[in-house]
Amino acid sequence: MGLLSDPVRRRALARLVLRLNAPLCVLSYVAGIAWFLALVFPPLTQRTYMSENAMGSTMVEEQFAGGDRARAFARDFAAHRKKSGALPVAWLERTMRSVGLEVYTQSFSRKLPFPDETHERYMVSGTNVYGILRAPRAASTESLVLTVPCGSDSTNSQAVGLLLALAAHFRGQIYWAKDIVFLVTEHDLLGTEAWLEAYHDVNVTGMQSSPLQGRAGAIQAAVALELSSDVVTSLDVAVEGLNGQLPNLDLLNLFQTFCQKGGLLCTLQGKLQPEDWTSLDGPLQGLQTLLLMVLRQASGRPHGSHGLFLRYRVEALTLRGINSFRQYKYDLVAVGKALEGMFRKLNHLLERLHQSFFLYLLPGLSRFVSIGLYMPAVGFLLLVLGLKALELWMQLHEAGMGLEEPGGAPGPSVPLPPSQGVGLASLVAPLLISQAMGLALYVLPVLGQHVATQHFPVAEAEAVVLTLLAIYAAGLALPHNTHRPLSYRVVSTQAPDRGWMALKLVALIYLALQLGCIALTNFSLGFLLATTMVPTAALAKPHGPRTLYAALLVLTSPAATLLGSLFLWRELQEAPLSLAEGWQLFLAALAQGVLEHHTYGALLFPLLSLGLYPCWLLFWNVLFWK
Amino acid sequence: MAAAMPLALLVLLLLGPGGWCLAEPPRDSLREELVITPLPSGDVAATFQFRTRWDSELQREGVSHYRLFPKALGQLISKYSLRELHLSFTQGFWRTRYWGPPFLQAPSVWINLGRSSVMSSQGSSAPLSTSSTPPTQSLPLPPSNPWVWPMTLTTTFCAMLCCRGRWSAPKTSPPGRSSCPVVPRASLISFHLLQAGLSVLLKADRLFHTSYHSQAVHIRPVCRNARCTSISWELRQTLSVVFDAFITGQGKKDWSLFRMFSRTLTEPCPLASESRVYVDITTYNQDNETLEVHPPPTTTYQDVILGTRKTYAIYDLLDTAMINNSRNLNIQLKWKRPPENEAPPVPFLHAQRYVSGYGLQKGELSTLLYNTHPYRAFPVLLLDTVPWYLRLYVHTLTITSKGKENKPSYIHYQPAQDRLQPHLLEMLIQLPANSVTKVSIQFERALLKWTEYTPDPNHGFYVSPSVLSALVPSMVAAKPVDWEESPLFNSLFPVSDGSNYFVRLYTEPLLVNLPTPDFSMPYNVICLTCTVVAVCYGSFYNLLTRTFHIEEPRTGGLAKRLANLIRRARGVPPL
Repeated sequence: MGLLSDPVRRRALARLVLRLNAPLCVLSYVAGIAWFLALVFPPLTQRTYMSENAMGSTMVEEQFAGGDRARAFARDFAAHRKKSGALPVAWLERTMRSVGLEVYTQSFSRKLPFPDETHERYMVSGTNVYGILRAPRAASTESLVLTVPCGSDSTNSQAVGLLLALAAHFRGQIYWAKDIVFLVTEHDLLGTEAWLEAYHDVNVTGMQSSPLQGRAGAIQAAVALELSSDVVTSLDVAVEGLNGQLPNLDLLNLFQTFCQKGGLLCTLQGKLQPEDWTSLDGPLQGLQTLLLMVLRQASGRPHGSHGLFLRYRVEALTLRGINSFRQYKYDLVAVGKALEGMFRKLNHLLERLHQSFFLYLLPGLSRFVSIGLYMPAVGFLLLVLGLKALELWMQLHEAGMGLEEPGGAPGPSVPLPPSQGVGLASLVAPLLISQAMGLALYVLPVLGQHVATQHFPVAEAEAVVLTLLAIYAAGLALPHNTHRPLSYRVVSTQAPDRGWMALKLVALIYLALQLGCIALTNFSLGFLLATTMVPTAALAKPHGPRTLYAALLVLTSPAATLLGSLFLWRELQEAPLSLAEGWQLFLAALAQGVLEHHTYGALLFPLLSLGLYPCWLLFWNVLFWK
Repeated sequence: MAAAMPLALLVLLLLGPGGWCLAEPPRDSLREELVITPLPSGDVAATFQFRTRWDSELQREGVSHYRLFPKALGQLISKYSLRELHLSFTQGFWRTRYWGPPFLQAPSVWINLGRSSVMSSQGSSAPLSTSSTPPTQSLPLPPSNPWVWPMTLTTTFCAMLCCRGRWSAPKTSPPGRSSCPVVPRASLISFHLLQAGLSVLLKADRLFHTSYHSQAVHIRPVCRNARCTSISWELRQTLSVVFDAFITGQGKKDWSLFRMFSRTLTEPCPLASESRVYVDITTYNQDNETLEVHPPPTTTYQDVILGTRKTYAIYDLLDTAMINNSRNLNIQLKWKRPPENEAPPVPFLHAQRYVSGYGLQKGELSTLLYNTHPYRAFPVLLLDTVPWYLRLYVHTLTITSKGKENKPSYIHYQPAQDRLQPHLLEMLIQLPANSVTKVSIQFERALLKWTEYTPDPNHGFYVSPSVLSALVPSMVAAKPVDWEESPLFNSLFPVSDGSNYFVRLYTEPLLVNLPTPDFSMPYNVICLTCTVVAVCYGSFYNLLTRTFHIEEPRTGGLAKRLANLIRRARGVPPL
């Protein structure tokens, strides 16, 4: 700080920042990326460990043996479902009652903002069925949830069968201290959302549903199950929830413990756990898993119905049975035993899961990177913006100073205030216009879908996506033309560069603030956007190879990042996309993003349209500053 | 939590030695009784009652000789001049919707010197209330410190009772009485002794495999004659359990004593003057052919209980023929035609309570009151005691039935005082026929001082159940009976007039999470703050408050200074 109060040294520092700015920026950016890549190597990744005492020391003995029963239930369920074409509510109620649960149903309906073409639904109404196993001599203050989301297709029958068989087995035991809710939801996540909102008696998304008749206190943890075959080769676990929220790491540790105990093959992001972390292969494989996790978390979608529980501070994860061409298969008993073990351990909990990490990255099932170790990566990236902003600030300042010096003594303060005022006034128009574009992007597609369908031969869903793209593209054309008449006279005689410099300064700070906030809540999204947006944001200026800059800027805009992420994602999953497929997937992803905002309250769409897109337009504006 | 609770207790705090050879007739008597009721859901409730009655004025006479009455309790009565004591320990929750109105309402710890009033809890908790002595008594006053009550009871019952803050009184209860309705998670360790008569059935490993378990001790004075010139003391020890038909009966609803208790009755209690088993054989359908009991009962008893006509088969253990036939009595009940798998009849009044909302800042307490009576409306008195760390916003109190606002005819609110006393909210609400009434009030979660958190703060904090008291319309008119002559359980259902019966219900206790700091934080925070203050604050403060002058670098040495000195002496501006 003494450095700053000493004018001589301050000047030296300023000169350093100005002169070495470009190398420093490059260094910082490279350091950020390198840090991120280094996260998969052992000093930065650590072994996971169980922190929660209540789940740690004692092992339970699993006794579940209802494999045949589960299969029989699954067959019956599938048959009834086929017959009725919807969730066989009456059959489920009867069966749950026959295994000794307190059974309730909940009906719900929801009109989506526009037709969902991936799931083929628009006006949705359905019924959730849930049975509560009341713990003996407990007052229903705490509960655990086992949920199976049932979609419109005929998957997940085996999961329902296993759920019922587990319910029957659990009912005969006397050791339960928490109630257990067995929940079967219709229309997969929509049903889960309806049930959760009714359970907590809130209405977040405009769902219409009947109130719940039975409750079981505060939900401590939830497990969602997806199984579509009688045998599985491996169990895949999904942790990423709505808006990139993650469950407590201990829940994942618990699952992993029982995978190891039962000898089950468990995968994360569909990838096996690398054996050896000391050689290069392990970390490289870990990097793939890590990148997949980053992409999934950044999407902010709930990857399984567990994702919706996280909003209510219920730790939850989804288990998916995978049936591939591997030789060794496990039957439902093995999966059931793992679930029984997990529930018995969760039953031991004295407090909510709170000991372990809530913010982490997973390069493998038994390795994690804690928040303290991954944050520097995004910190380095944001430093680039900071350095650039500092440079601009000094250049602006120096430009002011430079004016003073030739003018000399007569009026050093006269030219300065007007020119500063000019700088700010010229910023108002581009800021307002870009922000208005963002607002239009957020509001118009859904509002204007009917107008679009009347005038163009498109369906509603298409209309929404196309309007979205049209407004997005229109944003590129609009603002850089409009600022000129407003600020022509004042961008002035003396300092032609001041205008765009001030605008870029504001845009840089705006971007840095946004990315910083995003990275705090959803690291993956923050990091992904920082990686793409930071370099071009730093480069953008109205001189030099403008076409190149423009191309770069378009390539790193939020929408292009989304497209690129889709390609990267499929590449990492070893199912590369062709261009046409990629485009189709991109359009579908746009529609899904808007829908998920309206149905579950996902924040990615408003964040991009109201925050990052206007900010990005500002840089576009800088680039075409005249 | 419930499972972790230490095994508990009941009952007979025992029989003093001797007493048999005294010439005068014994002034105390013991009656014991077991009532077995199949519940609508198919589960079976068993209620034991042991009543000791002693014709002695404990508070006036210096009594030193005890026979059937436990000395520990007798001394408690005489020392603190108790008028009444009610203490109950409950594990589990009476599920009114499935089990019907509670047969034995679990009243809590409740030491009373005035008229009888009830305070209670459900769940694994022991509710507690107390009151001070009437000033007219010349006996030693109970200590003004309310802690002494729990302390004394703790030593007597080997139970941990503790209570946060001051106890407060609902306005509808007699003055002078104060209460703390819930002691969350009271731990209890106890013992039982006598193994004869009905208490043969009290086998701990069976009793603790039940879905509900509540035991209670009630002490109260009763009048010896109509003019109440002298009083006797009555000690009533009760245990009620609900057996889970699904686990004990493997899904069948048939039951027998042996299957439930893994014991049979072999002999009456030698000290008891009455020892009976009542079995509820009321059929829900009109034809009497649905169930049968074995052995066939010698007599039956009919009465109106909780608004419906009930038939009980009576087995008298003192009847020698009953025991001698087989040397053991294993009562069995078989359903001839298994009752259909239909939903059980829903009681006229039941309730549900929950916390709504998410996040750690705000929330809402909602209570749903169901009146399922097809055409009668009736009023309900709702009593809520909410801990101070949930800051209630009373202006958000809304009561709606059938979509319309329902105005309570009486409302009393006593605000909480931080760390001293809880909120107390009492209101009288008219429940329209066939309706659901929702009572909701918003609250904000307070931040506690960090030493005030329990050792397991992430478990959450308990909010005691609401208490509902109502006069529910009867199906059948009941007539008042002579309590001394009728079975003991009959006195549990006081009948004021024939057309209504009194019900007191308790809703679920709630678990509310408060904002909880990470308790390793204070250290981190201290370290961080010290560093920040040390490194940054000083320099920033310096930088912000200092005014800067650009100082000309000093040129010229000694000569210039000398010249300036001379110039100043001459009065000319320096160089």
